[in-house]
Amino acid sequence: MSAEHEHADLVADLLEGKHRALARVITKIENRAPGYRDLVSQLHDHTGDAEVIGITGSPGAGKSTLVDKMADYYRDRGETVGVIAVDPSSPFTGGAVLGDRIRMASNVGDMDVFFRSMSARGSLGGLSTATTDAVKALDAFGKDKVIIETVGAGQNEIDIVKSADTVAVLVPPGSGDDVQMLKAGILEIGDVFVVNKADLDGADRTVQELREMVHMQNDHTAGLATGHHGAGGLPADESGDDDTTGDEAADGWEPQIVETVAESGEGVERLVETLADHRAHLESSGMLAEKERMRYAEEIRNLLREDVGDMLEGEIERHGGMDDLVERVRKRETDPYSVADEVIAPIEDCLDEPE
Amino acid sequence: MSADQEQQSIRCLVAKVGLDGHDRGAHVIARAFRDAGFEVIYSGLHNAPDEIVQAAVQEDVNVLGISILSGAHNTLVPKIIDGLKEYDAFEDTLILVGGVVPDDDKAELKEMGVAEVFGPGTPMEETIEFVRENAPER
Repeated sequence: MSAEHEHADLVADLLEGKHRALARVITKIENRAPGYRDLVSQLHDHTGDAEVIGITGSPGAGKSTLVDKMADYYRDRGETVGVIAVDPSSPFTGGAVLGDRIRMASNVGDMDVFFRSMSARGSLGGLSTATTDAVKALDAFGKDKVIIETVGAGQNEIDIVKSADTVAVLVPPGSGDDVQMLKAGILEIGDVFVVNKADLDGADRTVQELREMVHMQNDHTAGLATGHHGAGGLPADESGDDDTTGDEAADGWEPQIVETVAESGEGVERLVETLADHRAHLESSGMLAEKERMRYAEEIRNLLREDVGDMLEGEIERHGGMDDLVERVRKRETDPYSVADEVIAPIEDCLDEPE
Repeated sequence: MSADQEQQSIRCLVAKVGLDGHDRGAHVIARAFRDAGFEVIYSGLHNAPDEIVQAAVQEDVNVLGISILSGAHNTLVPKIIDGLKEYDAFEDTLILVGGVVPDDDKAELKEMGVAEVFGPGTPMEETIEFVRENAPER
């Protein structure tokens, strides 16, 4: 079992702090190379110490430049940093140009900032698994901070930042009228909103719009959370027009709004402090443990889905392959529901077996 | 399609090292590699050898394509190769050089461990085919 030996060596080298081993482990994870699951499960015991921060926002919002400055700030404090930057890949060729590295200028030559580009590889769901596992590798390696940077363009990207403890959403000035702010999506996942390029025209307006949106959202969730609580759940006499006493979300954290100019590093200190505040809040409120529980539950479910999916692939083959099944449905010999019942039946039988 | 199937992908770092400021060729190569289905990491202009080494090691690329037009390949390429060796990354990285390189220097670069030198006018398919055939496994 040379692969097993290779993996044991890789894990040992990674834990020893060898960059090459860390890089190779992430490659194995990305490739879903044979035995990669064993690799990740060996790492698990060594994880749990890194603070994981997700950074998302529309293309051109300045994420990479900001991440670079954040990494620089953490390094000045003597902390080590891992960055995973996720970029889209071509749905046709699978190819990708991963260009975020260019903007990591402040940390050039500093191996203690481990920057890794990751492509979406056109996979559904698989990407978030790979990213979560890569975070584990960086965590086990001993990184103090792990930053996941991703384009907030689709549902998949939102899933990825969910694997972070704290999520910052970048909103460039003038990024749309107030209707955009009302839309569901990435604005709902932010613990911190960053109006980057705050020196541009329209920044004040964007900050104002975000502030209104945050309050509106909190009113909404507060109403939900207290829906079946008795008197006192919703203090009717509170005016709620003061910024600091605005209703808080169900987890007791009111999303913060920070202005930055990533190019010059302005506001980065404030941002880093706000992220730390959120982290402290998570720890003191018990939300961190709660998030962790949810994440592991999701991870276990994902793995099981993959496993069952693999079993089903085998069953489909045993039934003559997908093409055959489809053809029979098309000729009206059977229908999709019956096919599904038929294929799953042996697996169900196994599970139903007494004893 | 199974969710757990292997997803090997050829990863390439396209690097502009040294002082020359022309990266049109590097852009064209990056684009062609992308269209060939490779994952391309582009380094940007004016990189020092140790930056290239850092990127190649962290990104765990199978292929390192170095574009040099300045004529400084004899000093820059050895530094990159030494750096890769320092991180045990030399053995399984395919090193390519693109640019204007005299024949005598070509032989010397190859001796050092550069797999191939592609001069001006090399058809893109040739380079891509070479990568497909020679990229080390991960």
